[in-house]
Amino acid sequence: MLDYYLIIVFSPLLAAALAGLGGRRIGRAGAHTVTILGVGAACVLSFVVLYRMYWGGAPAENINLYTWAVSDGLRMEIGFLVDRLTALMMVVVTFVSLMVHVYTIGYMREDPGYQRFFSYISLFTFAMLMLVMANNFLQLFFGWEAVGLVSYLLIGFWYKRETAIFANLKAFLVNRVGDFGFLLGIAAVVLFSNSLDYAEVFRQAKSISQQTIEIIPGQPYNAMTVICILLFIGAMGKSAQAPLHVWLPDSMEGPTPISALIHAATMVTAGIFMVARMSPLYELSVTALGVVIVIGAVTAFFMGLLGLVQNDIKRVVAYSTLSQLGYMSVALGASAYGAAIFHLMTHAFFKALLFLAAGSVIIAMHHEQDIRRMGGIRRYMPITYWTSLIGSLALIGVPGMSGFFSKDLLIEAVRQSHWQQTDTWVYWIAYLSVLLGVFVTALYSFRMFFLVFHGETRADAATRSHLHETPWVVTAPLVLLAIPSAIIGWITVEPILFGGFFGGAIVVAPEHDVLARLGVEFWHGSLGLVAHAVVTPVFWLATAGVATAWFLYLKRPDIPETLCRRFKALHVLLERKYYFDELWIRGFAGGGRRLGDLLWKKGDQFLIDGMLVNGTANSIARLAGILRQLQSGYLYTYAFAMIIGLTMLLGWLVWLQ
Amino acid sequence: MSLFTPLLSILIWLPVIGGIALLAIGDGSDAGSSRASVMRIAALAVSLITFLLSIGLYTGFDAAAADMQFVERHAWIATLNIDYYLGIDGLSAPLILLTTFVTPLVVIAAWDGIRVRPAQYFAAFLMLEGLMIGVFSALDGILFYVFWEFMLVPMFLIIGVWGGDRRIYATLKFFLYTFLGSVLMLVAFIYLYRQTGSFDLLGFADAPLALAAQKLIFLAFLLAFAVKVPMWPVHTWLPDAHVEAPTGGSVILAAIMLKMGGYGFVRLSLPIVPDGSAYFAGLMIGLSLIAVVYIGLVALMQKDMKKLIAYSSIAHMGFVTLGFFLPWHIGGDSGAALGVSGGMVQMVSHGLISGAMFLCVGVLYERVHSRRIADYGGVANTMPAFAAFMVLFAMANAGLPGTSGFVGEFLVIVASFKANFWIAFLASSTLILGAAYTLWMVKRVVYGEIANDKVAVLEDLNGREFLVLGILAAAVLLLGIWPAPLVDMMNVTIEQLLAQAAASKL
Repeated sequence: MLDYYLIIVFSPLLAAALAGLGGRRIGRAGAHTVTILGVGAACVLSFVVLYRMYWGGAPAENINLYTWAVSDGLRMEIGFLVDRLTALMMVVVTFVSLMVHVYTIGYMREDPGYQRFFSYISLFTFAMLMLVMANNFLQLFFGWEAVGLVSYLLIGFWYKRETAIFANLKAFLVNRVGDFGFLLGIAAVVLFSNSLDYAEVFRQAKSISQQTIEIIPGQPYNAMTVICILLFIGAMGKSAQAPLHVWLPDSMEGPTPISALIHAATMVTAGIFMVARMSPLYELSVTALGVVIVIGAVTAFFMGLLGLVQNDIKRVVAYSTLSQLGYMSVALGASAYGAAIFHLMTHAFFKALLFLAAGSVIIAMHHEQDIRRMGGIRRYMPITYWTSLIGSLALIGVPGMSGFFSKDLLIEAVRQSHWQQTDTWVYWIAYLSVLLGVFVTALYSFRMFFLVFHGETRADAATRSHLHETPWVVTAPLVLLAIPSAIIGWITVEPILFGGFFGGAIVVAPEHDVLARLGVEFWHGSLGLVAHAVVTPVFWLATAGVATAWFLYLKRPDIPETLCRRFKALHVLLERKYYFDELWIRGFAGGGRRLGDLLWKKGDQFLIDGMLVNGTANSIARLAGILRQLQSGYLYTYAFAMIIGLTMLLGWLVWLQ
Repeated sequence: MSLFTPLLSILIWLPVIGGIALLAIGDGSDAGSSRASVMRIAALAVSLITFLLSIGLYTGFDAAAADMQFVERHAWIATLNIDYYLGIDGLSAPLILLTTFVTPLVVIAAWDGIRVRPAQYFAAFLMLEGLMIGVFSALDGILFYVFWEFMLVPMFLIIGVWGGDRRIYATLKFFLYTFLGSVLMLVAFIYLYRQTGSFDLLGFADAPLALAAQKLIFLAFLLAFAVKVPMWPVHTWLPDAHVEAPTGGSVILAAIMLKMGGYGFVRLSLPIVPDGSAYFAGLMIGLSLIAVVYIGLVALMQKDMKKLIAYSSIAHMGFVTLGFFLPWHIGGDSGAALGVSGGMVQMVSHGLISGAMFLCVGVLYERVHSRRIADYGGVANTMPAFAAFMVLFAMANAGLPGTSGFVGEFLVIVASFKANFWIAFLASSTLILGAAYTLWMVKRVVYGEIANDKVAVLEDLNGREFLVLGILAAAVLLLGIWPAPLVDMMNVTIEQLLAQAAASKL
């Protein structure tokens, strides 16, 4: 199926080039037509690939396309590894991308950068596909950085806005902190396996895990632990895990379609995908899995809390994304890779939906994003309202919705994971975080939902008079995303989690394999799980969250204000986002600049130039006087002086003979 | 596989003679004269023919051969055993190609920007090109030294005549640094001549040398090459020289002249004094890492675009010297060549990227006559095509995969992890620092609201500028997507070099 893969990967790239470089010849309509065709072709063929892989029984394929370079016996290739994990990711990426392409026609209709935008999102699709389809670490890193580049370009899409170009620089640099670890991880892989090829590295995994590396002399660390933690630092950057999460909320400065595509559904899940792809490595380091689960748990719970105090509609969804990414990391750390990828998939649909719905509201409100100035929009925008409701219900995990299956089983997997026996601290941190996170998720989701759609309309009269449902290019993607957000869980939960869908793509050590255990002891079909839901704490926590939101924001809106005043310190802590921005911006960025200034002024200018160079130069100032006269510009003078000098030296040499 | 035509001699002397001819004819009264425009067409023709001929080096190059190729050897000063001896291998061929590739671009870029003595300006660049090719192909010590020193003359003139306000200070600093360094190199050559009886650079490698002598020779070479690279702490001439140099001068300085230092290490230091190199390898790695981290931080704080790119050059060249001196710290059976390959690729890539960055600054300077970052802002509004190129080259400078800037840094970081975790750790900091100083500059110059009236009336790239930047962009992307042709050219030579470097003379 190599020809399929090539079309899937390169048609978005070609479309991006045409839309971006075509200029007026291709025009606005041409730009969206060509990119939608490109991504559409990729999407259709991705479905075909998935179909053949799963129903057709086609084997996984590992194909090298060309040799990037060979040096010192290290072969660096570009190629594809397509198995069911890849195929699933391809479908998710291209489908959401296609929806976002269509939606963009409506959302960006009046923007002068229309063509550039289509070019970028198509380029993103290419980069993301290169990432998920890579069969080696080099190409993985290429895709990894390329999606980062496009993210940078798109966050700063409105490049006149100071906030946007601050946010994109911040996003790129914070991601680079992660990539710093990631690249070291790749270098560590090469050190221990002398290969960049996944298959070869996985083959050597066992022997790598028996080696050690002394990072601090005299302190041997397990090689696999070092590799996995370094790689995970990369994932923390890309998938916005604490403390490298700070860039994601600011990335909302970009246009809403890319918040949906890049900063919710696809790019930010690259880290999750990467860990799942590297499951043969992670399974060999319990320490690394412990790091993953704790970081994930902290992200899942504490980032969710921040969603409670945000007033920008997109930022609420952004913090929700952070929290859900934390859930996925927790699943990875519990060795429930399948559950992480399953949640990644359902989340891609309902979170893309929530973002696009938020965008729909933003268009209708003439680019107002503050939920305090919304309210009662339900009456004006029925399609947006209902699809948002479906998205929110899916997010909080109402029984039957897609998010229910993925989150409920994720939490169950954590509850029954091996951490219960291996490390009770880790176990309780992880389990309580994901469990209490359910309440928080329901609370912030429905706080926003009620404030936006219900109650009195707080918008001014001018806005209200223009308030109406958005055009079909906006609402059609909402409906098309609402469908999988509602039903995809029902259909796919059994094969993906318990039907051996991933085959050999995900490797789990038998003693860690909680999903296998759940499959035998816990799973009684989709209907059974829904029926079982009402006796679980998850269900009641979600219900309590919605009820609390209703009470606080519709019934008694005075209470939240009282609470803010009563618990001022806590509120400020949340509003200042636990002061992480200060840590990064004042601490690291500011510290770096101060250090740079010091080295420049005291090192280069004072010590080296002031003391050494100019000291020498002054002592030969007379020479300078002569040189200044030579400055007349006659080449011959210089050449002549050189020749005389050289002749004298050679003459001396002859004399030595 | 050597051709019978003396291709290397042609590549050296064609531009030199072309340059002399341009000087002899001169440009008449002023820049607007028709004779001046004939002169620039002639300069372009010479540099293009040189480039086309140099393709013969690539097509005729046998990457599987470890010996010198395209060899020419004639007695020159027989009494002293000095030969006119030329030849290339996998280390020099890519750098010659880089030289012949960049020179025509510089000529095009200066097309109508030079008002004073244009014929002499073009002549200087042509002669510089020939002399630089001479350095990369000379295999006789005296010949090497002659090219090495004479190469300074046109560059000295380019900065001194066509440079900025403080050009006298800059040229003086430039001259003192590089001249003092290279005199010691000549002394080392003479010592080696006394040991071997000839100035054959390859023969020097066979000279039996005690450790003490090797250390001294290494230090003599080090001073000559470290100044050129430049390595910390003998780097402060470079920002001054760049700031004062005209655009073309900066491009050639960054793209090619800095590579002389790196080339010197692999052509001379490593094979001739392997034990000296081993002895000082730790120091070299340390200095390289200082270049990456310290200079990266200094670059962050620059307020002048050219200074920023100059500091960025020093940091990037740190990867070259790091890669070259890693082999002694890599145990086990593999990884050493990765570092040297990485260093070589980094030289070629940096030649393209830094050249492009300086051209970008030149484009702005021609319009606004300022290099200060604070004088810009929102350039993307008025110059969208320029902004696209600037962002592309900035990303390449930040080592983004898919551009040539990634290849060398990747190979060197992988190799350095084989040596020591902390070396790799410090080297990798370039991922953050390189992105920080480059993209922060882009943010302040390219993005944002239109900052002032001068930016508001900027005109986007003209066809000529577009062509030059487009060609460089294509090269940067091509090398990033498929570096194999470049890496393959060097593999065998590097293997042989490492065998020499590993063979102790003690």
